[in-house]
Amino acid sequence: MPFIPHTEPDVKQMLERIGASSIEALFDEIPADLRCGKLNGVPEGLSEMEITRLMSERAKQDGQLVNFCGAGAYEHHIPAAVWEITTRGEFYSAYTPYQAEASQGTLQLLYEFQTMMSELTGMEVSNASLYDGATALAEALLMAARANDRNTSLQVLLPRALHPYYAEVVCSCTAAQGLTVETMAFDPGTGRTPAPSTGSTPTAVVIAQPNFFGVLEDVDALTDWAHAQGALVVALVNPTSLAVLKPPGQWGSKGADIVCGEGQPLGSPLSSGGPYFGFLTARKALARQMPGRIVGRTVDLDGKQGFALTLQAREQHIRRAKATSNICTNQGLLVTAATIYLSLVGPQGLAKVATASMGNTRTLVNALSDLPGVGEAFSGSRFHEAVLTLPRPVGPLLEKLAHAGIFGGFDLSSHFPELGHALLVCATETRTDSDIRRYADTLGRLLAS
Amino acid sequence: MELIFELSSPGRGAHAQHPPVAADLSVVPSALRRASPPKLPEVSELQAVRHYTQLSRRNFSIDTHFYPLGSCTMKYNPRACNRLAMLPEFLGRHPLAPESHSQGYLACLYELQEMLREVTGMAAVSLTPMAGAQGEFAGVAMIRAYHRARGDEARREILVPDAAHGTNPATATMLGYVAREIPTNAQGDVDIEKLKAAVGPQTAGIMLTNPSTLGVFERRIKEIAGIVHAAGGLLYYDGANLNAILGKVRPGDMGFDVIHMNLHKTFSTPHGGGGPGAGAVGFSERLKPFMPIPIVGKAETRSDNGSSPAFPESRIPGPESRRYRWLTEKDLPQTIGRLSAFMGNAGVLLRAYVYARMLGREGMHRVAEFATLNANYLQARLKAAGYDLAFPTRRASHEFIVTLKKQKQELDLTATDVAKRLLDHGYHAPTVYFPLLVPECLLIEPTETEDLQTLDAFVEAMISIWNEARTDMSKLKGAPWTLPVRRLDDVRCARQLDLRWTPG
Repeated sequence: MPFIPHTEPDVKQMLERIGASSIEALFDEIPADLRCGKLNGVPEGLSEMEITRLMSERAKQDGQLVNFCGAGAYEHHIPAAVWEITTRGEFYSAYTPYQAEASQGTLQLLYEFQTMMSELTGMEVSNASLYDGATALAEALLMAARANDRNTSLQVLLPRALHPYYAEVVCSCTAAQGLTVETMAFDPGTGRTPAPSTGSTPTAVVIAQPNFFGVLEDVDALTDWAHAQGALVVALVNPTSLAVLKPPGQWGSKGADIVCGEGQPLGSPLSSGGPYFGFLTARKALARQMPGRIVGRTVDLDGKQGFALTLQAREQHIRRAKATSNICTNQGLLVTAATIYLSLVGPQGLAKVATASMGNTRTLVNALSDLPGVGEAFSGSRFHEAVLTLPRPVGPLLEKLAHAGIFGGFDLSSHFPELGHALLVCATETRTDSDIRRYADTLGRLLAS
Repeated sequence: MELIFELSSPGRGAHAQHPPVAADLSVVPSALRRASPPKLPEVSELQAVRHYTQLSRRNFSIDTHFYPLGSCTMKYNPRACNRLAMLPEFLGRHPLAPESHSQGYLACLYELQEMLREVTGMAAVSLTPMAGAQGEFAGVAMIRAYHRARGDEARREILVPDAAHGTNPATATMLGYVAREIPTNAQGDVDIEKLKAAVGPQTAGIMLTNPSTLGVFERRIKEIAGIVHAAGGLLYYDGANLNAILGKVRPGDMGFDVIHMNLHKTFSTPHGGGGPGAGAVGFSERLKPFMPIPIVGKAETRSDNGSSPAFPESRIPGPESRRYRWLTEKDLPQTIGRLSAFMGNAGVLLRAYVYARMLGREGMHRVAEFATLNANYLQARLKAAGYDLAFPTRRASHEFIVTLKKQKQELDLTATDVAKRLLDHGYHAPTVYFPLLVPECLLIEPTETEDLQTLDAFVEAMISIWNEARTDMSKLKGAPWTLPVRRLDDVRCARQLDLRWTPG
């Protein structure tokens, strides 16, 4: 019996203790007409050897493409030690650290993580993570609406140059609480988002740095404009970029109020989109409005340093219907990986990852732009992604590239039809010059045929 | 133990992990450049490895300790699930990779959808919610979408039993509903008369766990379903306790319209020190149009033997190898939308898939059987040892409640004291002070993967604590004694907020 340790004598002895005639008798409180049959839709069980063969075949069937796609998920080198340690049973199979004394490993690690994220984003406090970047943005907007007592409107401003799936998640997760979403256009020449001239009074303004097109925004001007409207500034940032870009805490004259983003670039593999983790940091005055787990440092009965979950009065298991969110997990394992990742790459390594990715994307853009009919869509400075316009529809070209072993990028034409045949590409530090040459040669052949 | 920052020295690093190029900051426009580098740790690879390995040893975990943690289903997480979900092709797959190069992965997700559909008795399953709480959000959002699609906007209330998880009322609030509590009777069942009085044209639905958080099966569930349905409301099943009934009773057959499953409980994916979870939702036919996206659909092909498709038929023509595809808002125009940037916690779903395939049909039935056997055995032995049961006349489901109400009055023994002393014995504490309506309670769930010797040793520890309470209460009040720290000052932690390290 897979994973069941009971022997026949064990079962007999246990039933005698209970005073039941059979295991079946233990279900005698369930009405007989509710009992289910054989579950024929579930196949027979497999041994570990058999399931290993099946999964290996399926993995091979999908193969591995040389990846030039970012669009919210970035392929970075992950040091071997990261997942070797993260999948130690003591981290992998531990529960949420409610019993603090039995969870000091996880709790101290989360405190270190909070310190690292506060430091990267230039903010005072961090939570212990949320589900992913998109839901972190939704939670950040709900938090801003709760926290902004100078502006009671429930209108939030999102850039049009935002990941389209993030915009969808924001709508799905906040509409029922009354938030309404307005959009800030981007400049078709630079790809940047200028401060809108209309007199709207949003309660929160989202500034994405870089924006979805990889273009770097004029964050100082946008932050000051948003504050002048009485809005809180919610920064949505790529954590790798913060090794070299001005942290949101220093944007404009007052800095961002809440910072969030996708933590995946920090040690999580692409893994089909998850599990990743969202991060959320803020000014200290907003700590009690934060959603999710927060770890604090305190002392034990002997005055010795220790760590515990704190500010739990915000949370659903205490406040129930009045909680700041229904969330009751963080993404502990991914945060474990991120904390180890950041310790291993350090400030120098992360800056090298950021600038090497910028350099490789520049090389890629130059190589592809040399092809006839291919050009860069925007003139604005970029981080490690770029939008290219192609002379033909993108979808069929991506299919053909895939058959040549290349994942060529994200087709923007359905979400941004105004850009024409537009393709979002990315080359992180993991791409080599020969990878880039291979992409350019293959696309060149396809465009010539 | 020191913090990683206290091990740091300027200029040190794990240099093998750096890209082999100099960081050229001139590529960053000067107005947007960071003025000084972030103060991340500067440590060697060995320092980092040793630090985090040592930290890991300051944790309890299933691999090292027994967790009789009620409502959390801390069963063994098979190692094969982890290894096979971490095959390089799965780890390297970009979430937006073309379907032509994703058929192996999509086949796993499709088959997981189908297996979960079968074991829950629902019409279809969506895997995208990233935790139980997000599954609840999805389910209640679907209930809301259903009523609104019918123009029935007057339904403003979600009914929630007083024993419910805190997530239930919090979820109702997040969807703009008022959560209204329904009391429980002395036997642990929903008070049917109070329920009848509470339902009406304002009722959007009811959120129930069955077996309930009190560890007993809600015997009149069909009657409850009838009452709520007759009032025009829908039934939400909180799958936190699905382990108790897997292969025995199906929520769909009990009359539920929508359910979430905690795959990190029933389907044994790791808790990871607080996540990632996975909160797949299943739903009845009438809620299908509203399901969250993306879903994996299967294209009709000749090899399907004429069986009816579980999902809207794909119109995409193509080679037979291309059978699975993502269903999006184009297929499901009434969807409640997207709940994660991509496909939820995809890697967790692969782990659940491997687990489900290893269990197979017979293994599913055995989950509830042996989880229930273990719980009833522990209940019988603790009762014999003198512990009071909250519901002594009822069968335990996969969990049961011990109450220290009497011992609190007589000896000032609290649930916290027992919980903390158990840590000294090498057992994770049971869930304490939940459900809220049982005073000084310990909610105990052993799961099916624990052996008889472990259960007996746990009972011995509970007996020894029982004796200590009568002979030397200070041992209990001061516990734990043997862990890296003793009881922590939670009040100070919340009042003197210290949420990040700063150089001394």
